[in-house]
Formats: sequence, C-alpha cells, structure tokens
Amino acid sequence: MSRYILKRLILAVLTLLVIVFVLFLMLQYMPGSPFNDEKLNAEQVAALKSKYGLDQPVYIRFFKYVSHMVRGDFGLSYNIQKNVPISSMIRGRLPVSIRLGAQAVLLGTLLGLVLGVMAALWHNTFVDTLCTIVSVVGVSVPSFVFAFFLLYNLGFKAGLFPILYKVTLPVSSTVLPTLALSMFPLAQIARFSRTEMLEVLGSDYMLFAESKGLTSFRLHAVHALRNVLIPIITVLAPLIVSLMTGSMVIEKIFSVPGVGSLLVTAIQSNDYNVVVSLTFIYCVMYIGIMLVVDMLYGVIDPRIRLTKENSHEG
Amino acid sequence: MKRELILRIRDLYISFRTAAGTVNSIRGVNLDLYRGETIAIVGESGSGKSVTMKATMGILSSNGKVNDGVIEFYSKDNENAVTYRILEMSKREIRREISGKRIAMVFQDPMTSLNPTMSIGTQLMEGMRHHDKLSRAEAWKKAVSLLKMVEIPEPEKRMRSYPHQLSGGMRQRVNIAIALSCDPEILICDEPTTALDVTIQAKILELIQNIQKERNLSVIYITHDLGVVSKIADYVSVMYAGKIVEQGTVNEIFYDPRHPYTWGLLSSIPDVTSDQKLFTIPGSPPNLLHPVKGDAFAPRNIYAIGMDYLEEPPMFKITKTHYAATWLLDKRAPKVHMPTSLRARIDKMLREEGTAYDE
Repeated sequence: MSRYILKRLILAVLTLLVIVFVLFLMLQYMPGSPFNDEKLNAEQVAALKSKYGLDQPVYIRFFKYVSHMVRGDFGLSYNIQKNVPISSMIRGRLPVSIRLGAQAVLLGTLLGLVLGVMAALWHNTFVDTLCTIVSVVGVSVPSFVFAFFLLYNLGFKAGLFPILYKVTLPVSSTVLPTLALSMFPLAQIARFSRTEMLEVLGSDYMLFAESKGLTSFRLHAVHALRNVLIPIITVLAPLIVSLMTGSMVIEKIFSVPGVGSLLVTAIQSNDYNVVVSLTFIYCVMYIGIMLVVDMLYGVIDPRIRLTKENSHEG
Repeated sequence: MKRELILRIRDLYISFRTAAGTVNSIRGVNLDLYRGETIAIVGESGSGKSVTMKATMGILSSNGKVNDGVIEFYSKDNENAVTYRILEMSKREIRREISGKRIAMVFQDPMTSLNPTMSIGTQLMEGMRHHDKLSRAEAWKKAVSLLKMVEIPEPEKRMRSYPHQLSGGMRQRVNIAIALSCDPEILICDEPTTALDVTIQAKILELIQNIQKERNLSVIYITHDLGVVSKIADYVSVMYAGKIVEQGTVNEIFYDPRHPYTWGLLSSIPDVTSDQKLFTIPGSPPNLLHPVKGDAFAPRNIYAIGMDYLEEPPMFKITKTHYAATWLLDKRAPKVHMPTSLRARIDKMLREEGTAYDE
C-alpha cells in the first residue's frame, strides 16, 4: 500500500511540473502584458520586465520559478496587489474557498444519496418521481441561476442570510453559496445512487441475504449501501473538481473573498504569478482528491484492495 | 417408519403485476414434503418452480401477490410441534421465525449470490448472530465448523476471504454453509449446480446428500436437469405453466410417466448411445398474461384430445403416490401410449440398471 502511495506521489510531482511548464508557455503567448498602464512608455515597460525577470526566455523563468516554489515562494503579484507576495494573498482566501467547496460536496452528496436510495426503495412512487425531477433540474440548470434564485428569495425577500459575503458573519454568509453550489452534486449523486440502488436491490446477493431473514435495516444499510457507494465514489472525484471551477462563478456572485474570484481577476489582468500559483494549487487539490478517492475504493471494495495477500492470490 | 409431513402447500395461486398486465404465474399448486425426504420440482424456465418456493420463504418480489392457498409448515422446536401458516404471517414474522432459521435456501448462481463487499465470515455469521443471538466468538467457532463440514480447506483463513477470492464450487459450498448455519429443517436448493461444471456438480450434490442424511434434513430441489433429479430425489413433481401436472416417486416418474409433458421432458434427455436427433417439445409455454382454457399443455401436445381444449384436467390417481393431470387417464379417453422411442429408452434403462420395477 505505502509503495503504491509513493509511486502515486512521484507521478503527482511530475504531473505538476508538466502542468506548470504548459502554463508558462500559454501565458507567454497570451495577448497583453501585466503592465498595461498607458502612461508607461516602452522604456519603462522594458525596465519593469527586466525587474521581474520577464525579459528572460520562458524555460529559464520556469526553472527559476520552480526552484523558488520549492522553497514556498510563489512570487509577487504584478498588478492586483502590487509587489505583495502571493502566499500572503492566498493565505486568507484559500480556507474560505475550501470551506465553501467542502460544505457543498458534503451537503450535496449526503442529500443526493438519501434521495437516490429512497427513490429506489420506493420505486415508481411519488418519491421516485421527485428524485427524477430534482436530478433533471439540478443537472440542467446552471448554478448561478440557483444562486440568484436563493439570493432573491432567502437573502433579499426573507432576509434570512446575508446577500453578499460578510467577513463578520463567516458562517451564515456561506449558507447561500453552499446551497447554490450543492445543487449540481446533489442531482448527480441522486441520479447515480438511484440507478445503482435499483440494480443492487435486484441482485442475487440481496435475494440471498433476504432469504437469511435479516432485518430490513441490516439488509439495506449493510448489504446494499456499500455496493451502492462504489460507483458513487467514481463520480465523486470529477464532481469535486467541477465544484472547484464552478465556485469561481458563485464566489463572484456572492463576492466571497475566495481564490476562485481571485483567479478570474488574475487572468483578466495578466497577473502571471497569481495565475500560475492558483492553478498549481487547484492541481494539487485535484491530484490529492484523486489519490484519496482511489484509496477509498480499496476501503470499500475488497476486490481492489491493494494488500499483499490479494496481489499474490490474484 | 411413519412418514412425518413437514410442508403442505394447497391450492396456491400467485400473480404478478407487470407493465403488460397481470400474469397468473402459479395456478393451483399442491405439494407435500415429508421430513427427511427429498422432492424435486422440475419444469421449464418460467413454469413457476422458483416462485412457489419464494412464496414459501416469504421473499416474493414486491409486484407478486398470493391470491389464494395455504402453506403450512409443521416445525418441531425441541420436540414441540409448532405449525406455521406462512401465508397468514407478516413479512416481519416470516423473517423472524422462518427465513434462514427454519427454512433456508441455496441459490442458482454462486458467482453472484454472495455479497462482493463482505467477507465470507461476516456473511456466514450474520444469520446465527441474528437468529440464534450467538456471540461473535460462538458464531466464529460454529462458522469454522460449518466450513469444515462443507469441506473447505483452511476454514480459518477462508473466514477472512472475500467471495472473489474463491472459485465457483467453493462459493457454492459457502452458500450451503450459510444456508445451514441456523440448523434449518427444510433446505430449498434452487438449481444449485446449474452454474457449475459437471465434476463440481457431482461433488456438490453428494455433499448435500451427505448433510441431508446426517441432519435428517428435508430438501426441495428446483431444477430442470433430469439427470440430477434421478440421482437425488425421492419424489418428483413436474410443473408446467404454474401447475403441477404429474407427481410421483422418482421411479414412477422415470419408468412409468403418464403425462404427455413428462414424456416430452424424458425424451429430451440427451442420449449418447442413440444416433437420433435430440427430441424437443414443439412450441413454447403459454403466455400466462391470458387466461388458460382447458389443459395449458394441449397446444403443444400431439396426443391432445378434444376434452383438453375445453376443460382443465383434474389430478388422476394412478397409485397411492402417483398422480397426473391429463384427460388421457380418464376412463372414457382413447388408449394412448407413450412414444415408442421413449418406451424403448425406458426399457433399456430398466435392463441396464437391473431394477425390477413392477407397477
């Protein structure tokens, strides 16, 4: 197991290096420069470029950046917050984004699972129809539509939660963005778990388990649920990733001081170092989630458990 | 020795709601099982063999409905006789008193009937812990001895294995061990060897027979393999379109079949010594979505007489144990004999086995 993790980690580092290099290349050919102020003349721009090392070839910049990054130095911002180290820009924002994403994934997955399983248990009833409606609406309606709907009804009309993010109210401020973000995973998970539960309920091993005279609870919670969870985990990883990208829009709408809205601004203003470091962080999270998910598989499904004993027996 | 009745099914009617309409799958089944004996229920796919047994275990699928009938189970709890009327019990009561505890079932496909995410030990022990309230240690001990009984090598190690680590034959042994874990009085085997290869088949059958003798178990085999039937059964019930059309001792069914459907089934057994084309019964079973008029087998029956299309035949008594539902047995019916090729085959079997069988 530890060997497997080590292998995955080495691969992850290589992947990250390639991604950062591709980013450098893409930023190089992006139109515009970080120094767009019309008052600057050509000489001043050249001076600025040489000050930040932007006059050097792309591969040298890449190696310099990586060697700094290894020491925890993500560089300075060029224009969003001039000359402020990016690590200190992110420090306050990252926890807000992670918290928002985690809340949405947790809420969406749990509610989706409950809804999907209930729909399968009461197949072809009102609950089942409701599940289908929720999943169709949740998948097809973009999250910013939900965001405005919630903002208007719960925020503006009912006044239950702040419309825009308030630093003084960090908990209730995340309620609306979390709800808006969780709709998509909720819909996806509900749809998957319903299909999966129906298949499991019709399986031979469920009939055999039923013939043992077990309680209905044990039958569903122990025998069925575990088998339902296996394919759910498969869709969970891409879902989390799509939440990270989806959260950029939601963060903008609710003006959440997270990294998502920062990335959008950075791309618009050619703040190279901010773009590179935020993308890097997203990639680290993505690869990390994939690794965790792959390990979760083994915990839940003994058929792909990576232990010594199994690999010998094939 | 006086035979002791353990399971009695009378006039069982079961229907299923489907998208196409109501299917009357079981149309008046009668069945008796005696303690320590083996009956085999044979018939084509869809004839209602499994449905009858699922009703007995209270595990009919949710669109199935028992419309009429009686299923009585004469249990002996430490020599105290208890009668369970299964169709009058709630699902919860059946779960508590019957399924897995007093009547257990082994299913057809060992590859899919174990939960892939749970260890053998957990699946083996959960019945005992649930019904008999054994502690983990007690259940573990009993589970290991059960695995030994079904001849699984290294039982201690296998307790921790998962189904995918065992072969098909091994898994079916595990299934049998699970079924026997709460010391049931009746074991229902739903085509337990169909999915296994022939050499394993024989071993599994032998295993079940040995256990049956040891424990005085009553066994119901559901199968369409007549070869299996001849090896293991004491009594045979032939089912067609939701009814039992002929029942008798294994010798009566194999050597003196009376129903044209049984003739067809017996003629369809492949015979390696014959160079004739393998016989098949023409046509296919009736669609039970529609009501059946007369004998359900009549349209496929070359021996059908006019009466078969008008009215359903009753069970005609041939001997004390042998009954068949065909108008050919009515005293007004023309004398019809079984096909000559089948007659010849039976005569050959009788000669080979040297069994003196007299009517």
